[in-house]
Amino acid sequence: MAPPSNRRTGFSRRAQYSTFIGYTAGVLGALIGGLLLLVSIVWPGTFSGLRASGGAVVEPVGGATARTRAAGQSFFETIEGYAMSGQRVAQMKRELAQANRRLARSDSIAEENRRLRAMLKLSDGTVEPVAITRLTASSASSTRRFATIGAGSRDGIERGMPVRSDLGLIGRVLDVSGGTAQILLITDTASQVPVKRAKDSVAAFAQGRGDGTLQLRLIRLGINPLKVGDVFVTSGSGGLFYPGTPIAVVDELTRDGAIARVLADPANSAFVIVEPASAIQRPIDQQREEMEVQEDGELPAPADE
Amino acid sequence: MKRPVKSGVRSSRGPRINRTPSRAIAMSVPWLSVAFASLVSVVLIIASTPLVPPLGFLMFIAWRQLRPGLMPVWAGLPLGLIDDIFSGQPVGSAVLLWSLAAIALDVVEARLPWRNFLTEWLLAAGMAATYIVLALVLANIAGAATPVWVIMPQVAISILLYPLVGRLVALLDRARLVPFLEAR
Repeated sequence: MAPPSNRRTGFSRRAQYSTFIGYTAGVLGALIGGLLLLVSIVWPGTFSGLRASGGAVVEPVGGATARTRAAGQSFFETIEGYAMSGQRVAQMKRELAQANRRLARSDSIAEENRRLRAMLKLSDGTVEPVAITRLTASSASSTRRFATIGAGSRDGIERGMPVRSDLGLIGRVLDVSGGTAQILLITDTASQVPVKRAKDSVAAFAQGRGDGTLQLRLIRLGINPLKVGDVFVTSGSGGLFYPGTPIAVVDELTRDGAIARVLADPANSAFVIVEPASAIQRPIDQQREEMEVQEDGELPAPADE
Repeated sequence: MKRPVKSGVRSSRGPRINRTPSRAIAMSVPWLSVAFASLVSVVLIIASTPLVPPLGFLMFIAWRQLRPGLMPVWAGLPLGLIDDIFSGQPVGSAVLLWSLAAIALDVVEARLPWRNFLTEWLLAAGMAATYIVLALVLANIAGAATPVWVIMPQVAISILLYPLVGRLVALLDRARLVPFLEAR
């Protein structure tokens, strides 16, 4: 037998009214939702304070899970390490030999670089980090790509500061509360980063595609000079990001650029580094970028943007 | 050897008669569990692609399917707002979609009084898929430009995970009604 419907209220006026009011409130809830949505679409910054305080609520939980995540990864990596050790040793020996050759070459380049810098009286360009912290939460179920870090305005973090891991750029600070900050990851579809090819400064924009890859769009259109495996770094133009932070490797070519794999997977980054916003230092950095000695020892043509 | 059946008068937690469940716990568990599920999907992994199912929404649907009328129709308003704060969606999207889902579920229930595992799963699968796609559309209107194929794995995971969420809700439903307070 079918169970009796909950909606049959009988002759009780009270039950009838309360059911009616319940449904009215339900429809009202939907309308309020629509209204909130309209507000957050038309004035996108309205609820950022609410968001930031939400981030502060999850921070302790997120900190704990961040530690568990790191432990879990190393646990599985340990098991994998046992299984793959022979193969890996051989591979590492090969890579070591290659790296030694490269190291010798880069030593000479570094020496030359130092000399040129001394000539131009530039600082050596290392950036003092504002904070080193963990990623505590991310919008894992939404199509937007936001994350929360466990450091905020109390640690000196401000809007627009770039966030990176040891492998490369992760995103930039969108909103700050006392102890946490919201990050817009570079894989979000609303994020655009000016980039250049590491070896010869072919300029492009890297826009997120929402699935962990980036769409590289070349600024100067023409014959696509990219190849699979090309490494891209931030170009620093616009002043938001420091030049030279690695960001992605080309995975697949398209007509007007390429699809690139992000180098710093936020899921694998136990710690992230927040760097000061680069706008103030920009002129020097731009100079440095233009004078930077490339791998083949030639000075690149100055970027014409 | 069979264990002797307990008499019912005495259990490990003291006498079983003359006990009632706590009203506060019985009423608050559904709300708290949905809010908690919204939170869990945020801190579980740092994902570079939308992969984690909308656990808060699945939990909400599961409670409404298991115990229709336990949470009022307007429950989507406060619970959706909590989800919006954490999920990264434009604020209001969960409020709107959860409220509509609650109303839609009630309508379907009025038309289809027969229930079994398969029909409930099918209904929930349809709702989850619709919810994820509409959430994508709303996020895109609010400034993103994510293509639809990005969310296909998430839809599949959500549908497969739903029976498990239903089980968890059933467990919580039993737990919230455990009589442990002395009746007066």
